[in-house]
Order: sequence, then structure tokens, then C-alpha cells
Amino acid sequence: MEMLVASAVGVLTTVGIYLVLRLRTFPVIVGVSLLTYAVNVFLFASGRLAVNHPPILRDEALSYTDPLPQALVLTAIVISFGMTAVVVVVALGAYLGNDNDLVNDPDNPEDAISKEPEA
Amino acid sequence: MSHWVIAPIILPAMLAAIIVLVARYHKVVQRTLSVSGLVALLGIATSLAWRAADGTVTIYQLGAWQAPFGIVLVADRLSTYMVLLTAILALLVSLYAIGSGWDRRGRHFHALFQFQIMGITGAFLTGDIFNLFVFFEVLLIASYGLVIHSGGAVRLRAGTQYVLYNLLGSTLFLFALGTLYAETGTLNMADLAQRVAMIDPAQSAAIRVAAVLLLLVFAVKAALVPLHFWLPSAYAEAPGPVAALFAIMTKVGAYAIIRVYTLIFPPSLSLTEGLHGTWLLPLALVSLALGMIGVLAAKRLDRLVAFSVVGSMGMVMTAIAMMTEDGMTAALYYIAHSTFATAALFLLVDLIQRGRRSHGTRLEAAPPMVGGPLIAGMFFVAAIGMTGLPPLSGFLGKLLILDAGFASPLIAWIWAAVLGSSLIAVLGFARAGSTVFWKSGEVARGLPEASEPADESPPPVLALAAVGSFVGLLALHTVFAGPITSYLGATSEQLFAPEPYISTVLETPGKEISYDGGEGDH
Repeated sequence: MEMLVASAVGVLTTVGIYLVLRLRTFPVIVGVSLLTYAVNVFLFASGRLAVNHPPILRDEALSYTDPLPQALVLTAIVISFGMTAVVVVVALGAYLGNDNDLVNDPDNPEDAISKEPEA
Repeated sequence: MSHWVIAPIILPAMLAAIIVLVARYHKVVQRTLSVSGLVALLGIATSLAWRAADGTVTIYQLGAWQAPFGIVLVADRLSTYMVLLTAILALLVSLYAIGSGWDRRGRHFHALFQFQIMGITGAFLTGDIFNLFVFFEVLLIASYGLVIHSGGAVRLRAGTQYVLYNLLGSTLFLFALGTLYAETGTLNMADLAQRVAMIDPAQSAAIRVAAVLLLLVFAVKAALVPLHFWLPSAYAEAPGPVAALFAIMTKVGAYAIIRVYTLIFPPSLSLTEGLHGTWLLPLALVSLALGMIGVLAAKRLDRLVAFSVVGSMGMVMTAIAMMTEDGMTAALYYIAHSTFATAALFLLVDLIQRGRRSHGTRLEAAPPMVGGPLIAGMFFVAAIGMTGLPPLSGFLGKLLILDAGFASPLIAWIWAAVLGSSLIAVLGFARAGSTVFWKSGEVARGLPEASEPADESPPPVLALAAVGSFVGLLALHTVFAGPITSYLGATSEQLFAPEPYISTVLETPGKEISYDGGEGDH
């Protein structure tokens, strides 16, 4: 169980970092999404992995799993979902305006300012 | 329990919602609501600072839950000082945005502006580190909207970089928080301070990783070299008033470093011993040098000011990294100075860009603009402030930092970096100022027919008044340096003796979690 979760976090992070280092917005955004998945699983595991235990108080329960990381993950999921939506919209705007989807600055910023869109 | 502590968060949050829902199509209503809200915020911030001035730590328990279980807001000297700084900056910047007409170029400027203020004040007031993350996200998502306000291809590209970089920073923040929670089982900062101190040094690997990860996250926010890459493009391409408001954003990172590394990982803690001296101080000195070299190398005025932000953050971080009371006092004094100077410079760049039209912010001679002498005069004063020449507060701040440096083993490096970078910055600003303002006369004589007529209308009075107020604040910050530094001295004393903070947060009674009455929230 620990091995499985740990390798899932590791693989997601590795792939995410590889994609983030690409030059175009699409792979970078996918990479950022993978990183947020990795961090969600990681946060979930930060309350220790306990299978088949309830997170809320019950009379018959003998042991509990920590409910706080679940609340934290919920918050993190909502935030990362919203942020990914924002970055997709901004990146689309940049792509349509610049005619390319490169993340980095053009080599000479002056060209970008004076460049007129050509047919 | 006084409810005023949460007012600086609630007020902008409600105003932003009202502006979006009710006043979307009514510019005048938006402006009235926004400005009156910010005036009220200034009043509240002043009274909170007044109440914290005698050293009392006021806490606010959300939902009245007892501390480590519920989220708390804490108003001590440092928090209220930063909130007051935010309120002053926000009011003047919003007046500039109204005067210059920037808020007319998009429908949601004032709503986003209020959300941004909510995130910033929340980050300063919260006593829970996960809540700090949430407020960081609030201020970031509002800043994403503001940075691309009024659009344009170049601005959108800079916006994409800014959003992506900060998303990565947020991910790193969550990794750090997960590690912290796994090791201590709490996220309340006062509780963390107690529990981290109890960790067995033999099993401290994970908590030390968490300490370094958190430092990295805050260093991204504070634009410390080598994590500063997001700043120059984003600040240079952002609309003038937005860049001026962002003057406080880098300080949020500095604030978080001060709070976490005096409270949770204090310099006396053996686990993280040497973290400040080995890593933070050298990186701060490199930022200082690199930022000011960037000032000299910049080909555009907006990038020049953006690099001076990196440099001045390096100065702030140098003072923080000494982790002494004197250093902290100097850092807090310099934070206010650098906020006012940065805001004034970004607003002036915006006025210059408006006056020079096609020449924009490029460092080249252009025909004289209307209102040039006044703008040039204010640029001169603000540049003196930023580069730290006498007689303004930048000079006093640097003196305080140099003086505090005597306690550090890296004293020679500190003096060399502070003095050398000041010289480079003076050169950079002098070259920029003389190109933009002095050579405009020659251009007018040499080229009677400019390629495009400059904007003939004088700069708006309200905008000029807002910039003038920032310059005036720099002067006030200099004149009242004595009382201000003695207040800030008391602030750093409170920071390095956190026991009252911890006991107030953890020992104030509140609702306990009861078996049948308990309810969850997140």
C-alpha cells in the first residue's frame, strides 16, 4: 500500500516536472496538472494511510483515519481546478494573440511589440 | 472577542462581490464603493495597529473554535503594520487607477482589486499555515486577472508565464504543508512552534525538508534569486497601477519568511540552525547585486523599475537573513520604504508611457511631453529613494542594514553588496532619467516634426496627486524615522520573544469539539 502510493506520487511528479520543462504551453499545463495530482495524493497520505477506517466519530468504531488531510485535499483540488482553468484561458489568449504557444519570451522583446499580425 | 480583526478581510470580500453582482455596468458606483471601502479599510487598519502598538496580541477564533482545532486570525504588531501598509498603498493606487482611467479598460478592475486586497490582508492576519496557503491563492488568482487587465498579446504571454510559475510555487507549498502536517499533526502556527521544538533531532529529516521547502516557496513569492524569473516580465507588462499594487506582493513573501522563521523555525532551533546564514543571506546578497545590475542593463524603463524591485527585495532579505533584532527592525523599515518607492516609480513609468506615446517605455530620447518637468522632478525624488541616496528613507534604511551587519560573519560581503549595488543603481537610474527627460529638448530641436505627435493633454490631476502622495510618504517616512524605527524595534522584539503570541493563541478559551455538537469545515 505504502509502496503503491509512494510510487504513484513519484511517477506523477517525475512526469509532471519533465512536461513543465517543455517550451510550449500545452505540455506545460498538462505537467502542472500532473503535479497537482501528485500533491493531492501526497497530502492525502500525510495523515497516514489507514484502510477501512471511518474519518468521523462513531460509537462502534475502534480506530479512525485522520479526517483533516481529506479536508485539505478537497481545498487543494478546488483551488488547483480553478487555477488550471485560469491558466488554460490565459494561455489560449496568449496563443491567439501571438500566433504561437511558446512559454518563454521571444529572443528580442522589441520585435514582439512592433510586430504586426500578417495574413 | 472583538470582531474587528476579521474586518480587513471581510470588507474587501463583500465589496468585491457587491461590485461584481450589482455595479458591473456602473463605473461611478464601482469607484465610489471601491474608494470608500479602502478609506474604511485604512481606518480599521489604523485602529488595529493602534491597539497592537502596546504589544497586545489580539486573536480572532473563526466560529469561536478553540485554537489548534479551529482557524485563528492573529493581530500582533507585525501583522497590523503590514495591513496598515497595504491599506495606504491600496487607497493611493486605486485613486491613481481612477485618475488615469486604467479602471475603465476592463469591467472587473475594482472587483479584482478588492479580492487582491482581501488575499493580502488575510495572508498577513492568519495564524494558520494552511489558511496562509488559501489566502496566497486568493491574492494570486486576483493578481492573474489584474496582470492581464486590458489584454494585449505581450501582456497575455507575460501573464501565462506568471500564472504557470506561481502554480508551480503553489504545488511546492502544498508539498511543504503535507510534510509539515505528516511530521507534526497540526497546521496552527503557534501549535507548530511548540511541536517542532519537541521533535527528536535524530528523526528530524522530514521536518528539515519541510523547513527548506517552505523557504523555497516564500523565496519564489519574494523574488529571491534564482527564483525571481517570473518578476521582471510580469511586473513590466502589467498595467501601471497593478504593478504598483504588486509592490506589496513581494513583501507578502518577506512577511511569510519573517513569521515562519521567527515563530516555527526560530534561529535558536538546532534543527534548522544555519539555514538563514548558509542559504538565505548569500542568496539575498546575490539578488541585491543581480537586481541592480539588471537596472543598469535594462533597455526599457518598466523593466528597469522591475529589476530595482528584485534588488530592493534582496536588500530586505539581507536584513531579514541576519535574524537579529536590529536586522529585523531595518528590514521592516526598508519594507515600507521600498513599497512606497516602487509604487511611485511604477506609476511614474505609466505617466511617462502615456506622455511619450509611440516611444513608450524604451530608453531613448523622445520629444518633450506635457507635464514633463513635474513628472521628471517626482521621478528624480523617487529614484533617489529607490537607490538609497541621502536624504530620503532609502538612505536611512541602508544605514540601519549596514549597522545591523556588524553582528554577521559575512559583514564584508554585506557592506560590499549594499554599497556596490547602490552605486550601480544610481548609475542605472541616472542614465535612464537623463535619457528620458534631459535629452527630450535636443530631440525637439533636432527633429521639428516628430513621427507622431505626443499626447497633448496634460496628465490627470488625480493621478499626479496619487504619485505625489507616494513621494510625500517617502519624505514622511524619512522625517518620522525616529518614532517609526523605535516602534519597529518593539515589533522585532515581539517577534523574537514569541511566547505571548503562542500562549494567547493556544490558551484563549473557545468552543471545544464536543461529541454531538461537532461539525466539520474546511
